[in-house]
Amino acid sequence: MQEVVHTSNAQREIGDVVMAMKHITLRFGGVVAIKDISFDIRAGEIRAIIGPNGAGKSSMLNVISGFYRPQDGEIWFNGQKRRALRPYQVARQGIARTFQNIALFEGMTVLDNVMTGRLTHMNASMFWQAIWQGRAEREEMQNRERAEQVIDFLEIQHIRKTPVARLPYGLKKRVELARALVSEPTLLLLDEPMAGMNVEEKEDMSRFILDVNDEFGTTIALIEHDMGVVMDLSDRVVVMDYGRKIGDGVPSEVRNNQDVIDAYLGVSHD
Amino acid sequence: MPEQLLFGAEVFLNGLMAGVMYALVALGFVLIFKASGIFNFAQGVMALFAAMTFVGIQDGQVPFAHLINAIFGTKIHHFGWELHSLAAIFLTSLVMICMAWAVQRFIFQYLVGQEPIILFMATIGLAYFLEGVADLMWGAEIKTLDVCLTDNTCLPQGINQLIDAKTYDWFGYGFFIDNLDISATLVAMLLVTVLIVFSQYTKQGRAMRAVADDHQAALSVGISLNYIWILVWSVAGFVALVAGIMWGAKSGVQFSLSLIALKALPVLMLGGFTSIPGAIVGGLVIGVGEKLFEFLVGPMIGGATENWFAYVLALLFLVFRPQGLFGEKIIERV
Repeated sequence: MQEVVHTSNAQREIGDVVMAMKHITLRFGGVVAIKDISFDIRAGEIRAIIGPNGAGKSSMLNVISGFYRPQDGEIWFNGQKRRALRPYQVARQGIARTFQNIALFEGMTVLDNVMTGRLTHMNASMFWQAIWQGRAEREEMQNRERAEQVIDFLEIQHIRKTPVARLPYGLKKRVELARALVSEPTLLLLDEPMAGMNVEEKEDMSRFILDVNDEFGTTIALIEHDMGVVMDLSDRVVVMDYGRKIGDGVPSEVRNNQDVIDAYLGVSHD
Repeated sequence: MPEQLLFGAEVFLNGLMAGVMYALVALGFVLIFKASGIFNFAQGVMALFAAMTFVGIQDGQVPFAHLINAIFGTKIHHFGWELHSLAAIFLTSLVMICMAWAVQRFIFQYLVGQEPIILFMATIGLAYFLEGVADLMWGAEIKTLDVCLTDNTCLPQGINQLIDAKTYDWFGYGFFIDNLDISATLVAMLLVTVLIVFSQYTKQGRAMRAVADDHQAALSVGISLNYIWILVWSVAGFVALVAGIMWGAKSGVQFSLSLIALKALPVLMLGGFTSIPGAIVGGLVIGVGEKLFEFLVGPMIGGATENWFAYVLALLFLVFRPQGLFGEKIIERV
């Protein structure tokens, strides 16, 4: 893992704030999953959310993607305050995601799965789509081309026509990344993209995440609890523990933060 | 060719035609089951409701006439118009879309993620509710369904006489095929083609398949589950309308029409609950099997085999191939 080097850091430009979370609080009954957390994500960066198990990382990702609704706090996206949205509305705004426990369409082929990522880019009416003419045909060609590009990019050409149910875990993760990426998202959310992978698969996935960020300039927010991976990949890191934010900054800063070290090494919480 | 064999061939053909009618009903079940995992017990009642609404609209009957008259002391029963059957089909389709919306909005929206048995119970409730609404809206008397199917004006005049004459020339034996069955076959073929094109090539069709596969993943690519479910119930409602018109034309629009759902059960077990081609082939196999069995074995055991043959065949399938002919294979991972 350690040999992954962020070569292109210098050429990339970190832009304006794309998404800002302001004082987010999320409760499940009496349990406070997220407590008053604020942070932002800037255009073009790889932003990591890390923390021990149960820190509330996945909850945070689910808040961003609309699967959970926070009781308190504001979410600002593209400079506008976002009203409470449903997950599909968030997706249509240009926020794509992957899941910790892979959510793919198991019965479909890899290509069909990736094509579903283009559904938000199909605007021709049902009738024209059915008879495959005019605008519908042009859109379909574009979408197909885009899908093939992403498939090439993530090196899954050889399994294009394979039903997803037959693929091994590591490849499924890559297909899921392809489906999220093909929608050309403003913000790409990755929920533990390397969970359950062996070292080789982790290296591949890290490389893909960096390449996606470089080539397409995609803004990425990812969750991971493997510190080593995160420190190499990301530009800035948010550290969570027990629903609170205990650190925020570039990897070198965060690594030396006493609270973070305590959280990871385990200090009794009084 | 021997007379007996030709007669057998005619029975076979008639079985195919009957099978098409079964397949029409089974299709509605498959659509909803595939997309939402709900076994819709109300599909038969939906066909009844659609057929009654169709007749009611066509004859210009005032909906809820009895209720209105009882409350306001009026005596209205008819608007006094006769609509063209195409217009009536269009209006009935709109009614079925409203029904789909209501079913999703008031029932299944609250039951997302529940156990299949609870969803199933909800559809039983829906079946009785819908039957009551149909009764209240259009009255309980038996009606004749008046489309071109019943008086044979859909197809060129005398097409069955033509078949009869031609086959007599060729084989020395005239095949008799009911006109209604020919129309039903053509309509079913058209319906299935449209359904397949819709589900394979349109955005909505792809979204439907996506929702059928995985809810979370569907949400994450921007599909509204509610919208898709309303769409699916609307399509199933339209299929119910087609089935209702066909069966209504055959046996009159009456409350026993809802029992055609029971005819669809063995078809589903044969064809699999998740396969559109399965519903078609299952329907045909049962139609043909039923008629041939009655023809070949019936006389030996005293006839009336058509009542139970389909169910016994379905039982055999449950034992040897529980997923049906085309259903997704059930693999238990250990």
